[in-house]
Amino acid sequence: MSIWIDETSKVLVQGITGSQGTFHATRMIEYGTDVVGGVTPGKGGQMVELPGREVPVFDDMTEAISQTDADVSVIYVPARFAASAIIEAADAFNEIKGEGLIVCITEGIPTLDMVRSVGHISKIPGIRLIGPNCPGIITPGEDGGCKVGIMPGYIHAKGRIGVISKSGTLTYEAVAQTMSVGEGQTTCIGIGGDPVSGTGFIDCLAAFEEDPETEAVVLIGEIGGTAEEEAAAWVADNFSKPIVGFVAGATAPPGKRMGHAGAIISGGKGTAAEKFAAFEAAGIHIARDPSEIGATLKIALEQAGLL
Amino acid sequence: MNIHEYQGKQLFRSAGVKVQDGVHCKSVKEALAAYDSLGSKVVAVKSQIHAGGRGKGNLYCPTSGDLLMEGGVKIAFSRDEVETYAENILGHILVTKQTGPAGKLVSNLYVEAGCEIAHEYYLALLVDREAKAVLIMASTEGGMDIEEVAENTPEAIHKIWVDPQADLLESQKRKLGMALGLSGAALKDFLGMIGSLYDLFVSNDCSMVEINPLVRTKSDEMVALDAKVSFDENASFRHTDWGELRDLSEEEPTETRAKEAGLSYVKLDGDIGCLVNGAGLAMASMDVIKLYGGEPANFLDIGGGANKESITTAFGIILEDPNVEGILVNIFGGIIRCDMVARSIIDASREVGLSVPLVVRFSGTNHVEGRTVLEESSLEVTTVSTLAEGAEAIVAALEGAKA
Repeated sequence: MSIWIDETSKVLVQGITGSQGTFHATRMIEYGTDVVGGVTPGKGGQMVELPGREVPVFDDMTEAISQTDADVSVIYVPARFAASAIIEAADAFNEIKGEGLIVCITEGIPTLDMVRSVGHISKIPGIRLIGPNCPGIITPGEDGGCKVGIMPGYIHAKGRIGVISKSGTLTYEAVAQTMSVGEGQTTCIGIGGDPVSGTGFIDCLAAFEEDPETEAVVLIGEIGGTAEEEAAAWVADNFSKPIVGFVAGATAPPGKRMGHAGAIISGGKGTAAEKFAAFEAAGIHIARDPSEIGATLKIALEQAGLL
Repeated sequence: MNIHEYQGKQLFRSAGVKVQDGVHCKSVKEALAAYDSLGSKVVAVKSQIHAGGRGKGNLYCPTSGDLLMEGGVKIAFSRDEVETYAENILGHILVTKQTGPAGKLVSNLYVEAGCEIAHEYYLALLVDREAKAVLIMASTEGGMDIEEVAENTPEAIHKIWVDPQADLLESQKRKLGMALGLSGAALKDFLGMIGSLYDLFVSNDCSMVEINPLVRTKSDEMVALDAKVSFDENASFRHTDWGELRDLSEEEPTETRAKEAGLSYVKLDGDIGCLVNGAGLAMASMDVIKLYGGEPANFLDIGGGANKESITTAFGIILEDPNVEGILVNIFGGIIRCDMVARSIIDASREVGLSVPLVVRFSGTNHVEGRTVLEESSLEVTTVSTLAEGAEAIVAALEGAKA
């Protein structure tokens, strides 16, 4: 088991004929992802040559889903078109299947565009958005697996740890840490570091709680906002599995945006110290050094009788 | 991206939000002409910098460091006072709670007609990331530090959230106005103003609009006496006019240059330069350096599209900081290949004449090849495989150099 995607997931690529879209569609297929086609307005009818298969390009998402029966769409379109690509995918999935997963990799989307598209999606119960500005989601399998995003697939292995993170490369670091103590992953999700995005920590935690194969979770937060504090409060009442938590940005100065648009300490709120404290209060095992995530995970598993 | 108060008020004026007449000035002569043209006996003489707390700030002479005047916003009751205040402000350093001790050089002044104030309010529009909606926040406690109001009297702050599908409702505007205790002409004025401000916020892709104070005049008009406006830079592609509003002298020149090269850089006070791919990993690298007893000199994310040119720029920017005594490179290859980074490091270090200890940690895509490239080069570099080892090695190298 895993959450939201597995080796049977059929994936569409929005922006498949762009350089990013083609590059990552190729990497996704190499990992074992079932890429069934793509969408680029005005290029419907073309075929894209990918490793071991040719996939069709459609003009719009409705046609693409009808023809391919896809369950997942991954978006690599430029920032100025990304919010409408999200809405188009949500409406098409809703109309044809009543459900669907949308993973938006694009970075630099205007915040108010995201307010509109997240507002739109929140009114459609079967649709889930991951991102934007995120590495995506991956479920490692026995041989390859399902990778929907830009993460290097080979660093992962099938296992029992769920990984949730706001950051890209720091997610890879967390994955490497689980591997360093001989643990693989059920599913890893990068939720993105933008101020307004789709799936949050609590959505992921709730899904991992329900997933019988996930036995522990690594949760990576960063400064800014209060999502970590809210997740910690939720965990205290609702989550039964061990969690290892880390928050990036303990040394960040207030008022400065640290790369991610959301990573800013404003008015004294959103500091790493507050987030670590909230984690500890919720019984989350904290690693103050990301290089200690693996060792901390081992202790957490031991204490839970899982080693 | 922030703009000045006088620019914000121009936006307000064209959106139909009431502001007093005012003139942007760059010299004492212009300030006096502004006073003459405004025809108001009482005017506000306001320093224009991109930082709050101007009223309570102090002006210093940039050469002698002497205190020239208390308060960066002054009420002048005569032409002579306008002259004195303008002289004390222009070309001098304003230090406020938000500027840090170095302060900011004031090159712009705003001279604005005074008005008779009955009450001061606070009003702000911003994106609430938790609610994923635009939040409109108002308080009867205007003219004060809103963080303090939130701390001491949270019940004095009233909030409404705008559903992007439904837009801002009349009922919401009214609710907010009533919560502020407004009625009659003032309430009517407020409802119109809130609607205009929300439209302005959305059409200009603002990330924040703050008015502190918003005032009710003795003739029951609602007037914005301040205007703090910032834009969401992700939306710059659809706002070609932002270039004219940008005041580059208000921005850290190195940060601007980094941005142009596709890098994200923030200068800090330590001595260990960092070059990392990914914002989260860059923050984590700073944190680990600190845990091992070092002090990071900067935040630097080279981004997913880094190449030889941007990495060379990154090295150049790090080494321009005279405090830097060592560099830690931390790359977890995903899209970026470690061997490409390794070759770029070698070229860049030659180009910029690298003379401080360098520690490189590679992991992920092509990390073995990357290490080999570095080890086979003539570059003096310590290669490690984990972040902790990297931090330990660079901190030790600096201690060794000092001893």
